Amino acid sequence: MRTLVYLCIGILFGITMFKSEAASWFRIYEMFKFEAFHMYGIIGSAVTIGVIMVQVIKRYQIKSFYGEQINFYPKTKSFNRYLFGGIVFGLGWGLAGACPGPMFTLIGAGFLPILVVLLAAVVGTLLYGVLKDKLPH
Amino acid sequence: MNWIFEPWPWYIAGPMIAFIMFLLLMMGKSFGMSANLSTICTLCGAGDKVAFFKLDWKSQKWNLIVVLGAVIGGFIGANLLTTDMAVAINPETITDLHALGFKSAGTSYLPLKLFANNALLSAQNIVILAIGGILVGFGARYAGGCTSGHAISGLSDAQLPSLIAVIGFFIGGLAMIHILFPLIF
Repeated sequence: MRTLVYLCIGILFGITMFKSEAASWFRIYEMFKFEAFHMYGIIGSAVTIGVIMVQVIKRYQIKSFYGEQINFYPKTKSFNRYLFGGIVFGLGWGLAGACPGPMFTLIGAGFLPILVVLLAAVVGTLLYGVLKDKLPH
Repeated sequence: MNWIFEPWPWYIAGPMIAFIMFLLLMMGKSFGMSANLSTICTLCGAGDKVAFFKLDWKSQKWNLIVVLGAVIGGFIGANLLTTDMAVAINPETITDLHALGFKSAGTSYLPLKLFANNALLSAQNIVILAIGGILVGFGARYAGGCTSGHAISGLSDAQLPSLIAVIGFFIGGLAMIHILFPLIF
């Protein structure tokens, strides 16, 4: 049952990524050119609603569908890893025009070359795991 | 019902993403897609050699199912809910892209130069796609999250680390498009 719910959430996410064109390389390029409001509108409105949502969940201690407490895990305090990691990610996001979620969406949409990007992203993840202790965090 | 075949405007897509995050929180989980790349490494046996990937992949099975759904959603979006794949980006952006050699700007969903199936016949294109992917995968894990984990989940929880990461995303993206693109394309 839970599996089916996760699958449906994923399907909704995939459809949203594709139909909003957030999975389009062109939209990412346009965003970094500051030539349209579209992507800023998507992220901005999602975050605005998200902030309110998280506050409401925390304040009223809303329980999950299964009656459990909803936990928010604060990220470890640091500066370097977020800035350097973020810059590396941004370079890739601009070049490949897809972040991890849309990569999966584009496979379903039938663009074969995105498989190269996804495979390389797995390799990149592996590379981080290997080099982790040598990097400033 | 014709509106559904049109591209969704930001004020539909943004709230929809927030709704997806809400559903995942209510399921007792959090919204973050790049974690799946890590789980795939674990599934491939990376945990035997690298401690970072030593985890019980079953605890992440739910997220793998979410991305499986994202694949299916992509299929549905492209094949059942879209009649015209062209992305109507800003005409100025189109002119720009034409000058860079992206002739399909304004008429396709992804640049054909990089993402048409025959683009795989060019070694240069494969290298570009692979470098892009490696940077995304490496950067996401280094920063501890991607667009969903930091820009959406993290910022919604007012996490300073996520704000730093998102600023990093933009520094990287702007450098790629404004400085490196003219050198690459």
